[in-house]
Parts: sequence; structure tokens; C-alpha cells
Amino acid sequence: MNFFRLLGAYFVVSFMGEVAYRVNFFVQLFQTFLNLVVSLGGLAVIFSYTDKLGGWGPQEILALVGVYFLVGGLIGLVIQPGMEAFIESVRDGTLDFTLIRPEDSQLLVSIGRIDIWKLIDILLGLGIMTWALIMLGQKVGLMQAGMFVLALAAGGVIIYCFFLILATLSFWFVRIENILVIFQSMYEAGRWPVSLYPAWLRYGLTFVVPIAFATTIPAEALTNRLNLQTLLGAVGAALVLLVISRIVWRVGLRHYSGASA
Amino acid sequence: MRALAGLYLQQFKTTMAMMFQYRAMLAIWMLGQVLEPLIYLIVWSAVSTGAGGSVGSYTTRDFAGYFVVLMLVNQFSYTWIMYDFEYRVREGLLSFALLKPVHPIHSDIADNVSSKLITLPAMVLIAIVLAFAFHASISPQPWAILVFIPVLLMAFMVRFLLEWTLALVAFWTTRVSAINQSYFVLMLFLSGQIAPLTLLPQPVQVIADLLPFRWVIGFPVELLLGKLSPVDALIGLGAQAAWIIVGYVLLRIVWKAGTKVYSAVGA
Repeated sequence: MNFFRLLGAYFVVSFMGEVAYRVNFFVQLFQTFLNLVVSLGGLAVIFSYTDKLGGWGPQEILALVGVYFLVGGLIGLVIQPGMEAFIESVRDGTLDFTLIRPEDSQLLVSIGRIDIWKLIDILLGLGIMTWALIMLGQKVGLMQAGMFVLALAAGGVIIYCFFLILATLSFWFVRIENILVIFQSMYEAGRWPVSLYPAWLRYGLTFVVPIAFATTIPAEALTNRLNLQTLLGAVGAALVLLVISRIVWRVGLRHYSGASA
Repeated sequence: MRALAGLYLQQFKTTMAMMFQYRAMLAIWMLGQVLEPLIYLIVWSAVSTGAGGSVGSYTTRDFAGYFVVLMLVNQFSYTWIMYDFEYRVREGLLSFALLKPVHPIHSDIADNVSSKLITLPAMVLIAIVLAFAFHASISPQPWAILVFIPVLLMAFMVRFLLEWTLALVAFWTTRVSAINQSYFVLMLFLSGQIAPLTLLPQPVQVIADLLPFRWVIGFPVELLLGKLSPVDALIGLGAQAAWIIVGYVLLRIVWKAGTKVYSAVGA
């Protein structure tokens, strides 16, 4: 498919660009390690005083931490760098060069920049999830695996649409690069199951900044506590958002007049 | 001395004007400052409720009080100098600061204080709302409230001196993000931002006593919560004074060595 061919090409290009700066690999490795220390250290302290948190046991929270790293890595790999580059290009007018290419502009913008070292976070997330599942000692059935993949895909799409809609605002308000920073500090909340939070924050983290879809719901699928209703709701929300973000993109693009012209 | 006062006044005015330009940025920054303690407040409240109403010497309402006060203490002593400095050295901006006839630390202090004055009303308001929402219990003795004011100021001084000195590492290497991150992780655990220090394992508490982090955040918070005896408060004040001296001496030495090796990038 065209999409995968393009994605592959962009991957290769950013890989070739980045191998020149190999120190960055070690910097990322170190930062991921520190992030892991914060997560596991915090869990160790908390679970030395309790054995359930919001109805989740330590191994189940560990699975959630795995999802947190996996999705965080995914966001850092393509979604966030792409959107940052896009906002920049609206400001300085270089979006023109993207628009004249013979491919869908939303697609080009979405995979426009890739931070390949974030693959470390993705691998780590997969590792933690595996470790948590082994400690839980439960067999992952085909049904459960399918639900997890579906929930993860829905969460990824929702987060992508959320970023895209926010970034598209730059067609109207040029200085909005800080808006993406909000997400970074909110994402911290995704280390814990949203059921822990008081209602107002839980709704905020589900419907305003959709972090619950990104971490809690896939982790629920992984630990066998997700009901079909929620999963269908997440998939539905993903599809609706995909359409809405497409419309917002189209309308926004019509609003773009180029900064250099 | 009068010249310095004039400098501070001018710097206040400039920063105030600048901060009002970047209101949205300030709001976003504040969101982060509020959210992190709020998350740990909720997590520890859940732990405490699950454990029958208390963990160690902290009741559920104590945890609420702890993290609300922590939010304010952290806001008060926070600096962002370590990010700024790398940028200044990398872009060669420091050269201009060095040409001025006063030490660049003065404009940084003025900058820091004025931006905090702007955010303070909002932070206090948020703290009051959270304190009511989570039924926080904060019950200090009158003496503790009196001591809290100098303790808070000294906490700010310790943190400012140490972080300003650490920021100077940028003179030797412009890749400081790994150093900054390690510093923040240590700070997170050993200052009491993840959990009250008395809940951490004994060896960790000993390390925390010997390092500055606890005296910058954990100590003022526990003092205002009414968890400390007068003797504890005296020990804490002594530790803060000692760290201020250490920080000052280090700053002098590192600054002198750093300006010697500095060769402006981009010049």
C-alpha cells in the first residue's frame, strides 16, 4: 500500500539522518532509563503500603506502565514530531512545499518527521508488558489479544486525531506550539488507571484530553477487565474523530494562504 | 547597593511586561506544576483509604494537606535556569550578559521573583480550592507558621544557588539534558515529591538527610503541616544555612572557572 511505502521511506530517511548523531541514541537511552526508574520506584513505594490501587494489583499496574511507555513512544516517534514540524511550517510558510507534492497533504504532514530513537520506549513498553503478563501468570487468549490490539489501535487513532485537530488550529492562530506541551504534562496522569481519579478529572482525561483511551483502556484489555461495550465505544469514538479531524483539516487548509507569499 | 536596587526594579518591570505577553505559556506551565502533585495526592489518598484511613503517620487528610502545601512550596522555590543556561551558551547570548557591569545572577533572580509574583494569586487560589475539595488537614502550631516564612525563603535560596551552579556545567558541555534529567529524578524522590520522606525506606531517608533536596521541599512542607518538633525545625534551619554557604562557595568557584573556559558559540 502507498501509505506503508511512504512511511518506510520516511523512516529510512530519518534513520540515515540520525545515525550521524549517535550520541543522541545514548541520551535517549539514558532518559528512558530515568523515566523507568521514576515509574518503578514510585510503584515500589506505593505497593509497599497496599496491595490494590483503585482495584488494580501491582502486576496489573505494571502492565499499565508498559502500555504507558508503548503509547508514549508511539506519540514521540511520529505523532508529536510531525505535528510540531507542521506548526512550524505554517508559521514560516514552508508548508507550501508539502502542499505541492502529489500525495495527500494530511498524510505527508502526519509522518513528516520521525524521531527514531523513541523506538527504545516502544521496545521497553513491550518488554514491561510481557514481564507483567508473565508475573500475572495468566494465559493471553486469542480473544484477549485481539481486544488489546483493537483497543490500542483505537487509542492511537484517538490520540492522533486529538493532536491533528489541535495542530490544525495553527491555520487560524499562528502561535500555538505550546498547546502540545499541555499534552505532555497531562500524559503523566496516564501512568495510573483513570478509575482512581475523582469524577471531574476522570471525565476530563477521557473526553477533553483522551488519555484514558490511550493507556487505561488498552491496559484493561490486557489484564482481562475490559467489557465489550467500552471497547466498541472506543472504536466508535476513533472512527468519529477520524472523520471530524479530516473535516477540520480540509477547512483549515482552505484557510491557509502561505506566510511567504 | 542603590544601583543594584535600580537594576532589580527595572528587571521586574521588563519581566512583568514580558510575562503578560506570554499569559498562555504561563498558564500551561502552571498546569504542569499543579497536575503532578495532584496525581500523587490522589494516588496516596487511594492508598490511605484502602489501608483503613492512614499510612505511617499520615491520614488521608494529611496526604491532601501534604501535597497541596508541596505544590505551593515547589512553585515558590522552582527555577528554570538549567534549561535557560544551555540555550544561552549554545546561542552565544551569554556574551551580552557578561559585558554588563553586574553579575548575571541578579537579573535571573529578579526574573524568577517577578514571574512568580504574577502566578502566585492563581496558585494560591488553586491550592485553596484543592484543599477544600480533598478535605486537607493543615494544622501547624503558631510558632511553625512564623518559622515557615524564613524557611521558605532559605529553601528558595538553596535551590537557586545550587541550580544556578549546576546550570554552569553548560560552560563545559552543551549537552546538559542528561545531567538535568538525572538531577530532576533525584529531586523527585529525595525531596518528598513522590511520597512523604518518612514513608520511604530507612537508607533512602539517610541519603535524603545528607543531600540538599529534602531541605528545599520536604522540610518546609512537613513544618507547615505541623509534623515537626521545634528541635526538628532547628536542625532543618541549620541544614538550610549550611547548604546556602556550600552553594555560595561552589557558585563562586565554578563561575570563575567557567567564565575562563567559555568561548562564545556563534561568535
